[in-house]
Amino acid sequence: MQRIGVFVCHCGTNIAGTVDVSQVAEALSHEPGVVYSKDYTYMCSATGQGMLKDAIRDYNLTGVVICSCSPRMHENTFRKAAEQAGLNPFMLEIANIREQCSWVHKDMAIGTAKAIVLGRAAVAKVNLNAPLTSGETAVTKRALVIGGGIAGIQTALDIADAGFPVDIVEKKPTIGGKMAQLDKTFPTLDCAACILTPKMVEAQQNENITIYSYSEVEDVKGFVGNFDVKIRRKARYVDETKCTGCGLCTEKCPMKKVPNEFNLGMDSRHAVYIPFAQAVPKVATIDPNYCLKLKSGKCGLCSKVCSVGAIDYTQKDEIIEEKYGAIVVATGYNPISLDKFDEFAYSKSKDVISSLELERLMNAAGPTGGTLLRPSDGTHPHTVVFVQCVGSRCEANAEKGKEYCSKICCMYTAKHAMLIRDKYPDTDVYVFYIDVRTPGKNFDEFYRRAVEQYGVHYIKGMVGKVTPEDGKLKVQASDLLDNRQLKIDADMVVLAAAIEPDKSARPLATMLTASMDTNDFFTEAHPKLRPVESPTAGVFLSGVCQGPKDIPETVAQAGAAASKAIGLLCKDKLKNNACVAESNEMMCNGCSQCEKVCAYGAITYVDKEFRMPDRTTQVRRVASVNPAVCQGCGACASACPSGAMDLKGFKNDQILAEVDALCR
Amino acid sequence: MTVSYFPGCTLKNKAVDLDKYARQTAEKLGVTFEELDEWQCCGGVFTESTDEIATKLSSVRALKKAEDLGNILVTVCSACHNVIKQTNYQMSDEDFASKVNNYLGSEEAYDGQAVEKHYLELLRDDIGFDSVKKQVVNPLKGKKIACYYGCLLLRPSKVMKTDDPENPSIMEDLVKSLGAEPVYYAARNECCGGYVVADSPEFSKRRAKDICDGAEKAGADMIVTACPLCMYNLKKSGSDIPVVYFTEVMAEAFGIKEGENNG
Repeated sequence: MQRIGVFVCHCGTNIAGTVDVSQVAEALSHEPGVVYSKDYTYMCSATGQGMLKDAIRDYNLTGVVICSCSPRMHENTFRKAAEQAGLNPFMLEIANIREQCSWVHKDMAIGTAKAIVLGRAAVAKVNLNAPLTSGETAVTKRALVIGGGIAGIQTALDIADAGFPVDIVEKKPTIGGKMAQLDKTFPTLDCAACILTPKMVEAQQNENITIYSYSEVEDVKGFVGNFDVKIRRKARYVDETKCTGCGLCTEKCPMKKVPNEFNLGMDSRHAVYIPFAQAVPKVATIDPNYCLKLKSGKCGLCSKVCSVGAIDYTQKDEIIEEKYGAIVVATGYNPISLDKFDEFAYSKSKDVISSLELERLMNAAGPTGGTLLRPSDGTHPHTVVFVQCVGSRCEANAEKGKEYCSKICCMYTAKHAMLIRDKYPDTDVYVFYIDVRTPGKNFDEFYRRAVEQYGVHYIKGMVGKVTPEDGKLKVQASDLLDNRQLKIDADMVVLAAAIEPDKSARPLATMLTASMDTNDFFTEAHPKLRPVESPTAGVFLSGVCQGPKDIPETVAQAGAAASKAIGLLCKDKLKNNACVAESNEMMCNGCSQCEKVCAYGAITYVDKEFRMPDRTTQVRRVASVNPAVCQGCGACASACPSGAMDLKGFKNDQILAEVDALCR
Repeated sequence: MTVSYFPGCTLKNKAVDLDKYARQTAEKLGVTFEELDEWQCCGGVFTESTDEIATKLSSVRALKKAEDLGNILVTVCSACHNVIKQTNYQMSDEDFASKVNNYLGSEEAYDGQAVEKHYLELLRDDIGFDSVKKQVVNPLKGKKIACYYGCLLLRPSKVMKTDDPENPSIMEDLVKSLGAEPVYYAARNECCGGYVVADSPEFSKRRAKDICDGAEKAGADMIVTACPLCMYNLKKSGSDIPVVYFTEVMAEAFGIKEGENNG
């Protein structure tokens, strides 16, 4: 028989206001096994914890029930205190009489009666509790960063600085991500490349960082501290170790008409290419969809001109396997497709462009060398109309667009408008908006400058339709503040397209068993208190893969994710969850139900020899739980048809005892 | 192929051409329009109210009858199409459906499973514009036609699903199959003013004039439409451009238009 102590917390008036705490303590003192029962104003205070420790020692308690707030709040506090007094922490249970009782009731009699029942259930459970101990596993001191944009680069740099090796896996031929495509950055208007490329170079030079460019994560197995990852290094048909990045092959390649994705298809590149001048690694890549040699066997010019013999048409994809202790996801975003927004004539006119396309048109390394020209006829635009929220803040269940605010568009549109007015004062700029959202340091000042100093026409209202007519774009819009319809003859229309997570994120989340929301953004472990951790242990989130963010926020989150990863890598051993599943092999019939429902891959089947009563040996297939992987969710225990699977700390008989006590 | 046909009131008086040529061209294409017995007015306007079922009962009766006959229900008037299709969609609301079925008291309750199609959809999805092309004896060569959709054919697009509401192509594709050249202009999927004409004729006249002027400016010789109300408003715009029903240009191309030389 256990010797149980019961402690009823007042939580000031939070509990005592609706629950007669002394009556609860009195009632529970008569429960089987209870040898001590008391109430106190604040159990979580140092005095309250002292009271708990003293009672454990003085009354030789073998079990404790604390009637207080949710276990999410203070279970840890009380279990630590109990441990300090020499009690196994798992011998302590919480009865939640605050969130699930006092806060939801108004009537003292009802609240008190319910608190007693909840306490009774906890006592019934503790009567069946057994001491539990956690196992330990070693930590692989290496981190994987998936995605080589500014988020991934910053995370990798911070982890490497702490002395741990990091691998960056980037699916494109170069790291740099979207930021490399931007012209200027708000709110300081410094050039994106000027602040990004030093970081790219730093990542390349850091001896703790390995960059796997043109590579993708193929498979992830294992668990926190011990991930086994397969990485596919796609064949680039160029030996990375030999290529000097001289660029001669890219000049000589006769296949010149390949849409250049770096400039969003607004100009073309060769079949063998280096995405941009500051690419890291600065190595050529052959595009197998266009290379004449790879497609038809004819040509081979690049191989002839390469002085170091780096071209290798026989290269194959290579799979590398590596172990990691922590994984940081930094898969980033893309602007949504504008195909469904035909009211803005994106597919009908070349002069209707997306904001990212405008970045390239304004960039010195872009298709026009930085001069803003209409893509249709190369003339200078005199009237430019910006449309904000294209596909953002759409109605729920709408056929197109996203429900959320893409967050970055207000600021970059203000930046675009300002830059155009600054460079071309003869150009009229209109911005149509639903709301202008500028929370951020120096953000509103920046927007005000666009309006007040640069004379950008900000109009509250949406554009209804854009029609190409006589070389112009007829823009129909409403001015909501003036309550009138506007018709503007524009030369160019720029659409601030909503952003969405990269398409690679969904399959990756499946591999990582990391959760996602309905928009395919990765979910954080807690929206306020654990914003850079995924609910899956050992997986951290960096940048837009978790939600729309601008560069300053992305970099801040990248650093936070790195520090969380470093915190994990610093540990030599990890304590496992003690409340894990356990299979009674004598009862297991090897049906595999538990293996099927286990979301973490913690259950495997083994053939085991059993000694039978008649002294023969029988080999049976039975379930075996890896306690280091098991998250203690209990799915297997409820799926097991023979009752062989049980969850430590939440065994079937414990739960049934609680139910019995509740129904008594 | 035989389909159940719901002509609607306007097609029996103001819009006889829309009705007549629809039947004749369908017959040419091997489709028999079997007019529903005792059909009643669709109500003319779909009301958004969900507790009001009286105006929607005639649509439900028509749908049920077509389903009983094992036919799809075909409409030619955009307004009838809009009302019947939206009503059918609303039958997926259990509350609404049970009210309607209680009221009708029919032996077999209607469950919203009938299929309603506009003649244009029938042409595109069941008959095919290729088959339409084969029936053309007077190709409308050199004719520049501005297709006018208005609202009711396309919106609300989530329910109607007739075509992309922002960039529709169903009428242009038809016109192409008749040998004519479609002309694109801004207002082709905008409102003609609709029933506002009853209240504020000046307003709808302005709307209609924008549409006609836009079509003319884009080089159109004529406007085709599927909606009697659009036709009414466009004809009152004060503009000279001819406005005809899409069935009429089909009949012309098929060589079955009255008073025309039959090929």
